Amino acid sequence: MTASVLVRPRTKADAAPARKARRRLGPGRPLRFGAAVGPLVLLALWSIGSAAGWLDSRTLSAPWTVVTTARNLIAEGRLQDNLIVSAQRAGLGLLLGVLVGTMVALVSGLSRWGEAILDGPIQIKRAVPSVALIPLLILWLGIGEEMKVITIALGVFVPVYIHTHNGLRTIDSRYVELGEALRLRPAVFLRRIVLPGALPGFLLGLRFAVVAAWLSLVVVEQINSTSGIGYMMELARQYGQTDVIIVGLVLYGLLGLLSDGAVRFVQRRALSWRRTLAD
Amino acid sequence: MAAHAGGLTATRAVRVQGLARAFGTRTVLNGLDLEIRAGEFVALLGRSGSGKSTLLRALAGLDRGVSGAGLVDVPENSSVVFQDARLLPWQRVLDNVVLGMSGSDADARGRAALAEVGLAGRERAWPSELSGGEQQRVALARALVSEPHLLLADEPFGALDALTRLRMHELLRELCDRHHPAVLLVTHDVDEAVTLADRVVLLDDGRVAVDLAIDLPNPRSHRQPQFLAYRESLLRSLGVTPTEG
Ligand SMILES: Nc1ncnc2c1ncn2[C@@H]1O[C@H](COP(=O)(O)OP(=O)(O)O)[C@@H](O)[C@H]1O
Ligand SMILES: [Mg+2]
Repeated sequence: MTASVLVRPRTKADAAPARKARRRLGPGRPLRFGAAVGPLVLLALWSIGSAAGWLDSRTLSAPWTVVTTARNLIAEGRLQDNLIVSAQRAGLGLLLGVLVGTMVALVSGLSRWGEAILDGPIQIKRAVPSVALIPLLILWLGIGEEMKVITIALGVFVPVYIHTHNGLRTIDSRYVELGEALRLRPAVFLRRIVLPGALPGFLLGLRFAVVAAWLSLVVVEQINSTSGIGYMMELARQYGQTDVIIVGLVLYGLLGLLSDGAVRFVQRRALSWRRTLAD
Repeated sequence: MAAHAGGLTATRAVRVQGLARAFGTRTVLNGLDLEIRAGEFVALLGRSGSGKSTLLRALAGLDRGVSGAGLVDVPENSSVVFQDARLLPWQRVLDNVVLGMSGSDADARGRAALAEVGLAGRERAWPSELSGGEQQRVALARALVSEPHLLLADEPFGALDALTRLRMHELLRELCDRHHPAVLLVTHDVDEAVTLADRVVLLDDGRVAVDLAIDLPNPRSHRQPQFLAYRESLLRSLGVTPTEG
């Protein structure tokens, strides 16, 4: 190694002749509030359509009617009451499904016997939409809260299991070897290597799970319910109140968006070590 | 794998006798004997596919499921450095260094180990924020923080550029002078072996074919005539006709 290599002065980048900028292949820097653009465009189209009279108010109420209706529903307390009931159902089902899904994925991902026993039945369950199980669940559990929460949990369980299990199984075997070389205790191995390694998969599963929870909620609330947003909408259908139905839909949409945003926020925080195409 | 008999004397770190390893019908190690004294730096040379990694993994106890026989006696407290730095990408640098350590002083020892490899101040960095050489220095810190009696390294500098590799040689030499572990360094680079090792062992046909003590003062230079003599003899044993380097 000659000394000149070490001391050779660096050529300044700006002294170089102008060159055509290299095409970048990633999607580029993230837009500020980029996620709000699409919904705002939709809202604008809806407003214009209503104002211009292209949309019949019996088909689709105008945005301002919906806002007034929402305000009235809030003043009467109906919106909050139903929202709380719905959120509790979805939250409980989500919690149950995520806990069970994660535990089962760990057992099935970490032991060959666990996989042999558990994976097959879950793959079969996966092929049956949880909504299709509702008749059976009603026979077993009645039409009360239990049936609703279990239906939601069943819908949540599958994506959490699939993605966490996949995350576990795709942990690089070199890290397992590292754990063996360092003689890690099983508990430390689980906490430092297995769980963080499976976390990206788990969080992806969680995003699907949140959506699944709201989907199942809509379905179970329109069957024999006496409370909840779905019930409020079903009632409005009977009276032909398009505006209330739309309040319910917007609420479902907002809840879905908010919860997905929450999971994505957690994802960004928890996976800040990752450098990906999106960065 | 043979039990860790713990019958090692104070001066002997590694004892391997009649070690055999085979993958299916392909015999890789066949009746290999090797001893390493405490604090001795041994470089293991051999052609690609000669079984260097197989031997190292046998010593590290990482070859479960490989058929074989023989006695392997190594210290309980030994560390491994892999060719890739093998840092957990989801743990910060310091957490990687103290992985698996317990005790209230783990963090302090981790910091000290990082300072020793010249990475003080990078404790909170993610591994992906470090260069290849820096990552391998973290791996060295992780290997040495437990004060091992035996350091097993499988081509640890193989993926680094030439300049970084020279710096790493210096660093490794320094660290070994300070901590005195016995070292088995697998390499395919004859210069690296002669520069660093007290003894060079050459693997061929499943056993130790050459066992050469390197009697050179430190620091060593490629310009020393004895250096070149060792180099030529090793290259010849590897079946390469030496050229002027
Ligand atoms: N897991 C394995 N399965 C089958 N063959 C292997 C395995 N590991 C190593 N081998 C074979 O054993 C021989 C020695 O490999 P290795 O010890 O890695 O060589 P070296 O490190 O000296 O290049 C090679 O021929 C290789 O193909
Ligand atoms: Mg090898």
